[in-house]
Amino acid sequence: MIRFDHVSKKFGGSTQALSDITVEIPDGEFVFLIGPTGAGKSTLLKLIIRELVPTEGSIYVDDWNIENLQKQQIHLLRRYVRMVFQDIKLLYDRTIFENVAVGMEVLNKKEQDIEKGVRDVLALVELRDKADQFPAQLSAGELQRVGIARAIVGGPKILLADEPTGNLDPETSEDILEILKEINKLGTTVIVVTHNNTIVDKNKKRTITLRSGKIISDEMKGKYHFAKRTHHDKKHDEKEEKHTHEKD
Amino acid sequence: MKKTNSIWTHIRRSPYQSLAAVLTMFLTFLLGGIFLLTTSTSFAILRFFESKPQLTVFFTAKAGQAEADVLKDTLNATGKVSSTKYVSKEDALGIYKEQNKNDPLLLEMVTADILPASLEVTAKDPHYLAELEPIIKGANGVEEVVFQKDVVDTLLAWTNAVRIVGGILALLLGIDSLLIIMTVIGLKIAMKKEEIEILKLIGASPWYIRKPFVIEGGIYGVSGAGAAWVIIMILIAVFRIQIVSFLGSIPIIHLLLSDPFSWITIAASAGFFSIMALTGFILGGLGSLVSLNRYIKL
Repeated sequence: MIRFDHVSKKFGGSTQALSDITVEIPDGEFVFLIGPTGAGKSTLLKLIIRELVPTEGSIYVDDWNIENLQKQQIHLLRRYVRMVFQDIKLLYDRTIFENVAVGMEVLNKKEQDIEKGVRDVLALVELRDKADQFPAQLSAGELQRVGIARAIVGGPKILLADEPTGNLDPETSEDILEILKEINKLGTTVIVVTHNNTIVDKNKKRTITLRSGKIISDEMKGKYHFAKRTHHDKKHDEKEEKHTHEKD
Repeated sequence: MKKTNSIWTHIRRSPYQSLAAVLTMFLTFLLGGIFLLTTSTSFAILRFFESKPQLTVFFTAKAGQAEADVLKDTLNATGKVSSTKYVSKEDALGIYKEQNKNDPLLLEMVTADILPASLEVTAKDPHYLAELEPIIKGANGVEEVVFQKDVVDTLLAWTNAVRIVGGILALLLGIDSLLIIMTVIGLKIAMKKEEIEILKLIGASPWYIRKPFVIEGGIYGVSGAGAAWVIIMILIAVFRIQIVSFLGSIPIIHLLLSDPFSWITIAASAGFFSIMALTGFILGGLGSLVSLNRYIKL
């Protein structure tokens, strides 16, 4: 279970990325997290894997209180909660097999277990025949599937996917979503950040809508219905973008 | 990808940095190894002389057993002498022949007549030597008194000098090696920054990320130390006969160098390699760890 208890996140003391978020996601749930660019969706995911720490409030992932986590424990949380990144983050000098295997190697699994585990997930994401190829030889959709394979190979309890269908054609997006639903059926909690209204509307899953760092709706069979971006949203985005540049 | 493959790939992809690291380690261990052997040999020589009679009385060419017996009785009467040993001219010739058996030219020119008889005297306490000296010098037929203490003091001064100069050089080279390893590993960390970030995000433990870099530093250390060991062994093999003829009377040197294929020589060489390799691994691994702590926050 994931629980946000009055969580706020500020960047640089002024830019409010998230504001007073209270939400609970039970085990095994499939959730869409939607909202305009800069609404705080990615920030929310980064808080769950403790890439960021909240400015206020508490986050719980099962028995872990994220803000109290010791530095030496962060990697344990990240084995429990795996993420599919927006920019996929693959190792371009390694084969597809090796990229996925890393997800199990970090768990110190035996070589034969890694071999079997990687073959199984590559079959699940239909990339078995691409195992010996390098990322540069794969299409965008295939790369996204490699990212998913690496995230699920260690059997995480929670899977976060940050815009896994971004830049993909509708058919490939459907395929990706089917894989994520398959993973969810196996008992993994799945949270998907997306801008893809078709897949949200079609699947009728729990949908949490964020805008300007606040939850504006949380529906059990939600739809992609957040209003077009307001003047306030745009100003908020500009502020956040400026802050990101300053950070860089 | 197996860890060993990954480490080998790290080394292979930046061969010049790797070579610089190995060469620096090689120089450090070459000098360090030579320094260690020189110091050990000096201590062996020192111990050898310390175990010898504390003073030797040389008699004039005309003096012999009778003068030595008188002196022996006089010295024993003081109660400050633990033992005395008379070495006749013939005994001296025997010792000389044994020491120079490989050089017939030196043997041809020497007869017992030109060698002095001597009396080796061991005092019960080194402090008694000063009291015994005037008695010995006043005795009949005494030409010269040689104190082993003088030899030991000279050796000690040399040993200390070698220890200080060699120690400082080895320390400086050790620091240099550490800095080179830190720089090389630092460069590799910079090259792998993205990979490290990814590994952190997918749950790699800090040690999982550190391990390949630490092992890589260790490999540089072991390679450098191994190469230095080979060179030192070649140097010893080349100069073995000269060392044995010069220092062969010292038991440990005779034991280690008289037969290069004896099990004790092989065991000592293997032990020396183990010490150098282990030190190399620790030095290289330490350099990597310092660099990792400096450049990545885990």
